[in-house]
Amino acid sequence: MTTMTLNQLHPNATGVIEAIHAGQDLRRRLCGLGLRLGIRVRVIRQSPMNGPLQIRIGHTDLILRRIDAANIEVSPA
Amino acid sequence: MKRVAVLGMPNTGKSTLFNRLTGAGAHVGNWPGVTVDLLAAKILLGDAMVEVVDLPGFYNLHGFSEDEQVVRRFLETQPVNLLLVVLNSSQLDRQLALPLQLKDLGIPMLIVLNMIDESGRLGVRIDLEKLEAALGGPVLTMSAKFGRGLEKVKSELSQQLLLHPKLKSVDMAAFDQDQRIELELDALVSQSVTSPIYLPPSATDKLDRVMLHPWLGLPIFFLMMFMLFQAIYGLGTPLQDGMGWLLDHIKTDAVVPLTAHWPAALKSLVLEGVFDGLGTVLTFLPIIAVFFMLMAIVEDSGYLARAAFLTDALMSRLGLDGRAFVMQLMGFGCNVPAIMGTRIMRSSGLRALTMLIIPFSLCSARLQVIVFIVAATFSPVAAPVALFSLYLTSFVMAFLTAFLFRKRYHSHEPLLLELPPYRLPTWRFLGIESWRAVKQFLAGAGGFIIIGVMLVWFMTHFPFDAVPAGPATLAGRLANLMTPVFSPLGIDALLSIALIFGFVAKEIVVGALAVIYSVGPDRLSDVLTARLDWVQAYSFLLFTLIYTPCLSTVAAIKQESKSWRLALLATAWPLMLAWLTSFTFYQVARALA
Repeated sequence: MTTMTLNQLHPNATGVIEAIHAGQDLRRRLCGLGLRLGIRVRVIRQSPMNGPLQIRIGHTDLILRRIDAANIEVSPA
Repeated sequence: MKRVAVLGMPNTGKSTLFNRLTGAGAHVGNWPGVTVDLLAAKILLGDAMVEVVDLPGFYNLHGFSEDEQVVRRFLETQPVNLLLVVLNSSQLDRQLALPLQLKDLGIPMLIVLNMIDESGRLGVRIDLEKLEAALGGPVLTMSAKFGRGLEKVKSELSQQLLLHPKLKSVDMAAFDQDQRIELELDALVSQSVTSPIYLPPSATDKLDRVMLHPWLGLPIFFLMMFMLFQAIYGLGTPLQDGMGWLLDHIKTDAVVPLTAHWPAALKSLVLEGVFDGLGTVLTFLPIIAVFFMLMAIVEDSGYLARAAFLTDALMSRLGLDGRAFVMQLMGFGCNVPAIMGTRIMRSSGLRALTMLIIPFSLCSARLQVIVFIVAATFSPVAAPVALFSLYLTSFVMAFLTAFLFRKRYHSHEPLLLELPPYRLPTWRFLGIESWRAVKQFLAGAGGFIIIGVMLVWFMTHFPFDAVPAGPATLAGRLANLMTPVFSPLGIDALLSIALIFGFVAKEIVVGALAVIYSVGPDRLSDVLTARLDWVQAYSFLLFTLIYTPCLSTVAAIKQESKSWRLALLATAWPLMLAWLTSFTFYQVARALA
């Protein structure tokens, strides 16, 4: 299966988190917000002009910048 | 005394629950080793007085964000009887990680699943008994917003405090077991929480399709900001004027007669030093109260996070985020509440940078001065252009400052914000929020402002036999001394005395000019027309716009950042920038003319 990074997912596409390339610190923060390995995440929309992404994990909606999303690997689901 | 710590992730309604429990009686407490203000209140539970402390929202006990460190530091140093853990019941799939971590601390817990109304609507089913068994403490459901389940939480709290009468310190050895907790979390969630896999599109989704629309979103944002601005200052300014009117009456009807027979110097000290200083502080109160009430609505409704989503593309390049932009815009009414409003940002670097740029927002006090001088020195055709160019300058200076200082004061935390569903604000507590902000402004900034006003009074009135604000006073002599600095800007000694007054509050610059030129305010406009050409006038306007924010803004920065360094930087940097801008403009304009 091919993996891609979270910022490459199109709006309305869903992916399963395969890897998170981030320091221990950021990993924990992401984990606290529900971004963990094996979790399904859906991209809701992208802010124009290369702005942040809105993503959904379970019942939580988050915004994060594309530059940070590029460190999260997902497999399309 | 018994002590309960209230903990939870952000956006769990933790503060609403705290307000429910404690009402308006909460105060800002200082704790040894904890660098931020925490709200605490003493309440009667059962027959015992209990201290309840509201800790900042945090995601993870191991994290290194500033809030996480505050929570950890507090737990390490302050023994407590009980942890009151607040969870958002519709997000248990991730939030249960928190009580699983906290369980290892070895302190009794009472777990409250909040927003039970929302999770019920979403179809989330929770097995409370399984949760109680796994977490080792009672689990209750409630809706803090509507007060449902509050009595049960209170009685369970007193019950638990009877069972655990001794203050306990945490067992910090039990840290760093993330792996295990992730497994436990998955197991616990699958056992005790069921939620529908497919969510029907909610009202929030539908609303977001418009509010966050790729090209409608920003226009709507600016419209919302405009309406918010109008509401805050449309409500606040008349109140501020009312307060000014009241103070004027107290002054002329009570203080002036009272001091009529006092020696001139003492009379002037009381009237123009102490009383005006006090007046400066008091006139800010209505606007701060209104500001915090309306900002709380914007925050509670969930729109603030969406504003961040819409404006981040621009702001991230400047080292800021969208919330900073909202505060910058609000600063165009008055800088002081906007500075205090930066509290919504949790990273201290980001807050500091925002506090540095807000003073460049052309506030309504500066607008009064600018409009007056523009009208006196520009033709009716050129006046609007001049005014518009000053607004533009205001943004340019703010963005330039952010750009230059973005490395020094940057956020160590990536932008990771929850986008909560749209909610109606908790009207009941709006009053409490704004009352707290007013109290903090009085306690934190009041003294500083009064001392500053008295200092400027002294400079412009000493020696007492000289004409006030005249060349023989300390201010006059200082202005004389500064002539080499100001003459390359086309600003003469008389005008620079007005700038010294302007440090107290920008709106008194016009009055000060009238005193300095010893004419009535009605004739001031003619005097300015006769004495200043447009190049000089514009140079003076640029300086007035950019230089040191008023004393109250500096006081607010000091109070909010707890840093003299930042307050000093926020004074010195704009002064330097103002000089450079006016100098460049004046010299270029003169060379071209």
